[in-house]
Amino acid sequence: MSDWSEARLHVVTGKGGTGKSTVASALALALAHRGKNVLLCEVEGRQGIARMFDVDPLPYGERRLTTGLPDHDDTGGGKETLGRVHALHIDAESALLEYLDMYYRLGRAGKALDRFGVIEFATTIAPGVRDVLLSGKVYEAVERNSRNKGAIDYDAIVLDAPPTGRITQFLNVGGEVGGLAKVGPIKTQSDTMMKLFQSPRTAIHLVTLLEEMPVQETIDGIAELRREKLPVGGVVVNLVRPRDLSDDDLAAARAGTLDREQIESELKAGGIEVTPTLIDGLFHEAREHAERRALEDEQLAVVRGLGVPTYELPRMAGGVDLGALYELAGLLREQGMA
Amino acid sequence: MARRTTEHQTRVGPTSPRARRAGALDVDALLADQRTGIIVCCGSGGVGKTTSAAALALRAAEQGRKVVVLTIDPARRLAQSMGIEALDNTPRPVTGVQGSGRLDAMMLDMKRTFDEVVVAQASPEKAKQILANPFYIALSSSFAGTQEYMAMEKLGQIHRDAKKTGDYDLIVVDTPPSRSALDFLDAPERLSSFLDGRFVRLMLAPARGPAKLMTAGFGLITNAMTKILGAQFLKDLQTFITALDTVFGGFRQRAQQTYSLLQADGTAFLVVAAPEPDALREAAYFVERLSEDGMPLAGLIVNRASPAPESSLAAEEALAGAGRLRRDGNGATAAGLLRLHADQVRLVEREHGLRERFATAHPQVPTAVVPALAGDVHDLEGLRRIGGLLAEAGR
Ligand SMILES: Nc1ncnc2c1ncn2[C@@H]1O[C@H](COP(=O)(O)OP(=O)(O)OP(=O)(O)O)[C@@H](O)[C@H]1O
Ligand SMILES: [Mg+2]
Repeated sequence: MSDWSEARLHVVTGKGGTGKSTVASALALALAHRGKNVLLCEVEGRQGIARMFDVDPLPYGERRLTTGLPDHDDTGGGKETLGRVHALHIDAESALLEYLDMYYRLGRAGKALDRFGVIEFATTIAPGVRDVLLSGKVYEAVERNSRNKGAIDYDAIVLDAPPTGRITQFLNVGGEVGGLAKVGPIKTQSDTMMKLFQSPRTAIHLVTLLEEMPVQETIDGIAELRREKLPVGGVVVNLVRPRDLSDDDLAAARAGTLDREQIESELKAGGIEVTPTLIDGLFHEAREHAERRALEDEQLAVVRGLGVPTYELPRMAGGVDLGALYELAGLLREQGMA
Repeated sequence: MARRTTEHQTRVGPTSPRARRAGALDVDALLADQRTGIIVCCGSGGVGKTTSAAALALRAAEQGRKVVVLTIDPARRLAQSMGIEALDNTPRPVTGVQGSGRLDAMMLDMKRTFDEVVVAQASPEKAKQILANPFYIALSSSFAGTQEYMAMEKLGQIHRDAKKTGDYDLIVVDTPPSRSALDFLDAPERLSSFLDGRFVRLMLAPARGPAKLMTAGFGLITNAMTKILGAQFLKDLQTFITALDTVFGGFRQRAQQTYSLLQADGTAFLVVAAPEPDALREAAYFVERLSEDGMPLAGLIVNRASPAPESSLAAEEALAGAGRLRRDGNGATAAGLLRLHADQVRLVEREHGLRERFATAHPQVPTAVVPALAGDVHDLEGLRRIGGLLAEAGR
């Protein structure tokens, strides 16, 4: 049973470089089971999804990407039990043209806007306008406009969102756009969007590392989301170091009191050719690791004390390829995030 | 900003027989060279540019140079320890610097720098009008590229002042945490082309020339915009564009001046990257671009690298040993140590592979690999350690 079964829209934010795109992708895979359709959206124009899944750059339009993570009890075979992940790369200019077309039937004027560089202008100068266009498209994918004929009704939408520092501005579109467009349809539109973003049908997850700065940013981010009445989801702790040593061993490694003789004989029993350099090396590695783990554990305690569900993902030593993504997806599902 | 399109040697293919490696980056030689007047730390976001810039500046100062470091968005504690948490947009002396040199530091206030440019370029009345306009406020606080542009502007200012007063003989610059390292070089161009854009020219037309320039297309657009955004929006926009028109020229000229400063001999670019595919790809783009634009590249800093294991035990062997121990049901500690070792070896091998790939494609780039420290760097002592590691990497 998922912790977020009420949520249709999963927003994944976090400090830059902590693994937002990785987690968003893994979450989409994890949510896509039992025939469900999941849409993975990106809004920063970087074609991160294409790179992550090793496909050609995505156009503005929903594309079938891959099949979701199978269930444990899926014995393979039955295709209908697998879910599907779709992808959408949203750029502000296309979103504006689509918006104008959908709501104003501005066929010719829309083209003129483009030709005179208005769209480029509006989307560069007024980040609020940009945001409302981008999040507006996400909104449309969740609620599906009746004018968008033949569109898929998704069971879940995962947004690889802007970083924590910009997320409330991105979603709380009323404020920023209000400054520029105090009245008019864009304002009305952004008010409707706010209703979705502030409802339990949205969950805003934060990705963090177990380091001081990202954890602090997570704390600040949660406070800010709450202030804006935006629904805080879970905290995904990413890049967690291996947990191969017990607490006692960690303490001994730090204090330099690991039993050399015992370990030597254990290693021999394990069929390892033991040399002094090897033991020194292993002890040195253990010590460095233990020091970092101690810092990590401090931060982990802080994160766990935040009062929101937390999920942990290991640091994949070989990097994140498609296989690793499915593995991470499996871990998220096991921990109840999907 | 002329590009040399011929003869530049941006890429030496992996199969090129001449691909000789440049070797290690000698940071101390770079800092000691009195001809080095500007060091720019570039790279994609989150790789440790600010820390590297501050560490280099401190090291240079402690070796006797008169240094100012321009940081962008430093972590709060680091800013505090350097005494620059107050945003007054001017360099302040850093206390605790050892030796005969000096270190001043500042943190860039983007909006304030922009405001100052406007005030310097426009009449008081015009300036007031611009500063209050909502479009200007948006442009000066969040236009993609404003931060880069303002970093350049501030660099230009500090450089001009230093030449007059002789206060500094080395300026170290951090660059904004953008997606792409190229943004720093592209920003001035992007801002000018934005201000030169079709739409801006169109909006200016009625103010400048006869009404016949008001084409049918223009009417169509203004109607559409009024419909969507309301009439006030359009009015604010027009005021903004007309007001800014008077200061465009000044903007462009200053950006160009700073750009040529970056191409001059006393400038050294250091590209900072993490040992990750995205960061190294960005670094590669940047290196190619520098050579296209005739900008002096001093080297690559690979930051936060995983420390290489001391023993040569292979990952597979270690894992096999750990597996055997687990089957036997004792020796949990040894098994743990072996798994840990295997993980470390894999990590290091992967990073090494990524670095090799970069070096094969860009053999001319001297490199310094800096190991990751266990905790954050948030005081002068930490900066000193990083500076030491940087210098050591070159030996
Ligand atoms: N669990 C993990 N194990 C190993 N590597 C990881 C893991 N998670 C992320 N990474 C790697 O870390 C890097 C940054 O991840 P990612 O691109 O997902 O971050 P991001 O938060 O989306 O970054 P940005 O802020 O630039 O959008 C990538 O190289 C990714 O492969
Ligand atoms: Mg990302």
